[in-house]
Amino acid sequence: MSHSASNFIALKTIWIKECTRFLRIWVQTLVPPAITMTLYFVIFGSIVGERIGEMSGVGYMEFIVPGLIMMSVITNSYSNVASSFFSAKFQRNIEEMLVSPVPTSVIIAGYVGGGMARAMIVAVIVTCVSFLFADIQIAHVGYVVLTVVLTSTLFCLGGLINAVYGKTFDDISIVPTFVLTPLTYLGGVFYSVSLLPEFWQKVSMANPVLYMVNGFRYGFLGQSDVGIGIAIAVLVGFNVLFFAMAYYILDKGIGIRS
Amino acid sequence: MKALEIKGLRKVYRGGFEALKGIDLSVEEGDFYALLGPNGAGKSTTIGIISSLVNKTAGTVSVFGYDLDTQLADLKRQIGLVPQEFNFNQFETVQQIVVNQAGYYGVPRQLAKERSEKYLKQLGLWDKRNEPARSLSGGMKRRLMIARALLHEPKLLILDEPTAGVDIELRRSMWDYLTKINEQGITIILTTHYLEEAEMLCRNIGIIDAGQIVEDTSIKRLLATLSRETFILDIEPGHNGATIDGFNHRWTDDHTIEVEVDKDAGLNRVFEQLSEQQVKVLSMRNKANRLEELFVSMVEQGRQKEAAQ
Repeated sequence: MSHSASNFIALKTIWIKECTRFLRIWVQTLVPPAITMTLYFVIFGSIVGERIGEMSGVGYMEFIVPGLIMMSVITNSYSNVASSFFSAKFQRNIEEMLVSPVPTSVIIAGYVGGGMARAMIVAVIVTCVSFLFADIQIAHVGYVVLTVVLTSTLFCLGGLINAVYGKTFDDISIVPTFVLTPLTYLGGVFYSVSLLPEFWQKVSMANPVLYMVNGFRYGFLGQSDVGIGIAIAVLVGFNVLFFAMAYYILDKGIGIRS
Repeated sequence: MKALEIKGLRKVYRGGFEALKGIDLSVEEGDFYALLGPNGAGKSTTIGIISSLVNKTAGTVSVFGYDLDTQLADLKRQIGLVPQEFNFNQFETVQQIVVNQAGYYGVPRQLAKERSEKYLKQLGLWDKRNEPARSLSGGMKRRLMIARALLHEPKLLILDEPTAGVDIELRRSMWDYLTKINEQGITIILTTHYLEEAEMLCRNIGIIDAGQIVEDTSIKRLLATLSRETFILDIEPGHNGATIDGFNHRWTDDHTIEVEVDKDAGLNRVFEQLSEQQVKVLSMRNKANRLEELFVSMVEQGRQKEAAQ
């Protein structure tokens, strides 16, 4: 059997294993985002949103739907890979892969694929929930798919890097709590950055999540706070950077080989 | 063909500890080879490097001609590893664990399932195939690791302390199984603390201590160097005053005597003397495992040599 055929089987195996894992614990992985996002829709969309009125020319509920879907994608992509890879490291069953001929790129692709599968299922669930609260139209399906895939890939890679470096379970909860949540909340999920004073608008431009949320929102509403080209470029750039980092540390065996 | 060839292998861990000091080792195809050594001698580091879980500092390793540095993927395909610690996902089922492992080696899922039936049946785990691994007993978990290592049908099986903490009955059945697969052509390297295990199973042996190979030879040749053995004689009570001239001996209680016998002296003189004193010998056995005596003396000699340098 050729190496590429063998690698494809290995990739499929890791992906199936990852999907089996999050589906086995669906109450912990798929149900919470549905409940959390329903609460967001009820509180921010229906109760508070009606008083806010329009944001960027659309109803507040329509405005926050893309951001909330993206928030679920970011959180689930990150936590799926971080917790799965860290558990494998903690239980030492990561050695099953390290002793086998699976190339580093296939290990990364397998974990990213698993994280993406969970994120996409959650995205579909949250989108279905949003249909109960708002009349959702999609302006550019291609951009919706492209931004969600690139964002999910990026945060899966981020979760992987975090898990490789993490030594305790605390280490893998620090980044979501102290980095991801602030960046997401300040990334224009609930507001348009045009509402901010000029200085804070400029500061917000340094937040990569802003480009993801707005790129995704452009796909839904056909409008955003940043140019779609810049949003895609930022996403591609961060993906390349994070993949290179993940490849380097896994290939060197940092944190997983003596 | 050499199943394993190691030259000048060194490992210096971060912090400066030199676990391996440039060892050379070779194992022929089809061999059943034991790597013995006290705790911290470098056995697990050696195995870790061969299976690429540990990065080497210097030296070369090849498995069936495939070089660790330049042909890593091909080298890995030749090896099945049974580590010392349980390292599978405790929440996955027995069959998921072995089928996934085969998948990492490129074995198609359907074929992996067929093979899982074969190996899980051989190792008495087929009935447990749908159970999560955490529900297995310690012995079953060890057998699961052997099944997992065999599913991609490697040519070299490496076992790190495979029978540690396993009861005697299970240990014997694992010995039988390993002997059988070795006869079928799989080269086996094992590390063990049970020297009886090495003596029973293996043809060749390497003794490692403080990161150096102290001995690399056949077990037969090694045992032939043993010049003296100690026997324990169970004596009918009431004769504890008996003596055996010309042999070091001592009474350990009123019905047991230990006698040291040179290899070329034979046991006849011992029995003659005891018979003359009307002492009835009820049974006799070796005091210690023969290999254990040699092992201890070799490790000590190695340390003395190093201290002298």
